[in-house]
Amino acid sequence: MRLKLFGNGLISALALAASIGIAEAKTDIIVAMQLEPPHLDPTSAAAGAIDSVLYSNVFEGLTRFGPDGSVNPGLAKSWTISEDGKTYTFNLHDGVKFHDGTDMTAEDVKFSLDRARGDDSANAQKALFAGIESVEVIDPVTVKVTLSEANSNFLFNMAWGDAVIVAPETIADIKTNPVGTGAFKFSDWVQGDKIDLEKNPDYWGTPAQLDNVTFKFISDPTAAFAAVMAEDVNAFVGFPAPENLPQFEADPRFQVLVGSTEGETILAMNNKLEPFDNIKVREAVAHAIDRQAIIDGAMFGYGTPIGTHFAPHNPDYVDLTGLSQYDPERSKALLAEAGFPDGFETTLKLPPPSYARRGGEIIASQLRAVGIETEITNLEWAQWLEQVFRGKDYGLTIVSHTEPMDIGIYARPDYYFQYDNPAFQELFAAITSENDPEKRSELLKQAEEMIAKDYVNAYLFQLAFPTVADARIKGLWKNQPTQATDLTAVVWED
Amino acid sequence: MLQYFLKRLLSLGLSLVAASVVIFLALEVVPGDPAAYMLGVNAQEDTLNALREQLGLNGTILQRYLSWAGGLLVGDFGTSYTYRTPVSELIGERLWVSLPLALYALTLSTLIAFPAGIWAASRRGSYADAGVMGVTQLGVAIPNFWFAMLMVLVFAINLRWFSAGGFPGWEDGFFAGMKALTLPAIALALPQASILTRVMRSSLLDTLGEDFIRSARAKGLTRGQAMWRHALRNALIPVLTIMGLQFSFLLAGAIIIENVFFLPGLGRLVFQAISSRDLIVVESVVMLLVFAVIVVNFAVDLAYALVDPRLRRRR
Repeated sequence: MRLKLFGNGLISALALAASIGIAEAKTDIIVAMQLEPPHLDPTSAAAGAIDSVLYSNVFEGLTRFGPDGSVNPGLAKSWTISEDGKTYTFNLHDGVKFHDGTDMTAEDVKFSLDRARGDDSANAQKALFAGIESVEVIDPVTVKVTLSEANSNFLFNMAWGDAVIVAPETIADIKTNPVGTGAFKFSDWVQGDKIDLEKNPDYWGTPAQLDNVTFKFISDPTAAFAAVMAEDVNAFVGFPAPENLPQFEADPRFQVLVGSTEGETILAMNNKLEPFDNIKVREAVAHAIDRQAIIDGAMFGYGTPIGTHFAPHNPDYVDLTGLSQYDPERSKALLAEAGFPDGFETTLKLPPPSYARRGGEIIASQLRAVGIETEITNLEWAQWLEQVFRGKDYGLTIVSHTEPMDIGIYARPDYYFQYDNPAFQELFAAITSENDPEKRSELLKQAEEMIAKDYVNAYLFQLAFPTVADARIKGLWKNQPTQATDLTAVVWED
Repeated sequence: MLQYFLKRLLSLGLSLVAASVVIFLALEVVPGDPAAYMLGVNAQEDTLNALREQLGLNGTILQRYLSWAGGLLVGDFGTSYTYRTPVSELIGERLWVSLPLALYALTLSTLIAFPAGIWAASRRGSYADAGVMGVTQLGVAIPNFWFAMLMVLVFAINLRWFSAGGFPGWEDGFFAGMKALTLPAIALALPQASILTRVMRSSLLDTLGEDFIRSARAKGLTRGQAMWRHALRNALIPVLTIMGLQFSFLLAGAIIIENVFFLPGLGRLVFQAISSRDLIVVESVVMLLVFAVIVVNFAVDLAYALVDPRLRRRR
């Protein structure tokens, strides 16, 4: 009798355990990344880490980027554009609430846009808002934005993390307590360690599947490897040690996603400095570079060669790598033609990321092979910004331009590589005001070709974005159309 | 004793003032604009100016030094440029990791070094002595970050006894916190213990050769009794000096170990602050560390006086 009772108890206990196992899928996740946000206000800093944590999770804009880089409706469910392309009327979703319980209305949209473009604005991408002439509240769910001239990029610009909608009463504390409208709300930040988010039960759209999200910050590549291997973290986005990826690929516990980014990595040349003011010299530099050797040597094979300043995954991309094929003989001939038969000496200034430091060594030796001697200087970011970017005191530098759709920097003659070509500036103005997608695409392709044929910079490769995650996690973004770790669709599967 | 104390106190004060000037000036000449770093490559000139104004970066050097140093006197460390929270809060949070870690490592190192040093000294020339000397030689030579990685590989990745790093915070309980600090503390303690063992051994051997030990033996004490009652106390002075230096080093010098174990400690705070040109954080943390070093040295000076009564009477 006792034995039987025991047997029954055991069976029911087993049944209970089994049912728990089925019913309770994991609803929390620990996601690691390398850099910690300096603070939590995406509208007043350039730090991509802020968007990596908050974009789309906590904060939303009128429009939002999809995983493929497309611009989709966000807080605005629809919009109409006037004939002349200058007036955008946004229809907002009804019943959207901020995480503090207040309603998100057209007033908040007006406040956010006016704050970003105001005189004392500290918005790192203030140029996105430069064309806005006025923002008018029509009714609580309708807002009208008038531009000074047509701008085909406007909806794209409004999808940036710097253009998210914030509530006026939360601005004072936004840097430590961000209040947005997203599917997750901010709960805790242990500085130097982690940020916790929790599910927003009152979300206006499709609710998140996860209840709790922890972002952990692990800057050291070796520590990153150990944390994933020991399963201290469930996913590592932007995994910093590409040399370890094959090991994770071979391990059934993990999945490895290698996505693309908006990061065009270039060997920038100071176009106003001798001898780089001579197009033949720039062309010679371009032909001296063996892209695949750099990708293999510096990035362990991860990265896509590019021939112009445009993301290869973009439908408007033209493959122009043929214009600057690796050809040291041609390079030497061009140098001789330009009056440097014995080569010349210049500086190569390298910011901290490994693509620059490791890539720089390889490029220096490739340039030496055609007679160009480089003096390498390693700089911290703050020094790089001061000396190279603002001071324009450099010959060559390596940097990845991670902003999406940033070919417009070639229309700014005072930009650090100092490319001053009126034809390009006109072309870019035409692109900006062109609202017809087909014509715009055509013009963009012309622009890509123009800078490639002018050999403004040597175009190296598109930065890859590796993510290592537990094999059971579904719904992570593979690509980085903007810096984001959108977890709204992430779910654990068995 | 009072005069000795006051003299030490005065030199402590002067050292602090001198240190604050040097630290401030040294960081002023570091190239790089904090505002430009924060706003990145697309920032416009007017935006940069607005931010510099907000951060109080537009004053003269003297104005900024006085406002910083004046703040320090009343315990106000200023506000971090990047985090926008009071520096004292940032430091306070980090100290809860760095201070226990330093104490943990120092305790471990003392617990290893004292017995090992005494044991080796009392068996001078034996295989035991040679063994201790050999092991400590290795301990000094092995870089602690490499040893740390090795421990992570064995105890975190293979055996799964510990997590690979991170710190859960003390609110998860004392033992959870101590467990998270164990591997880093061992990594930090190993080279320190090796040095301390060697110092302990040689200092004890020196003392054992002194005349008063011979007298003690002559009046009938065994070798062990002479060592425990007379030699040990006299051998402690150089050991205390090294321990004082080690504590300051452990507090400030754990940057690499903190990175290997991704611990949110002071070292990592300084490391991040330097690269983001968050100068006020760097200045304040360095100042705090200088303060800690000076105070520890002050305490060591007082400890000398306790161990060695002759020092109290010295001018």
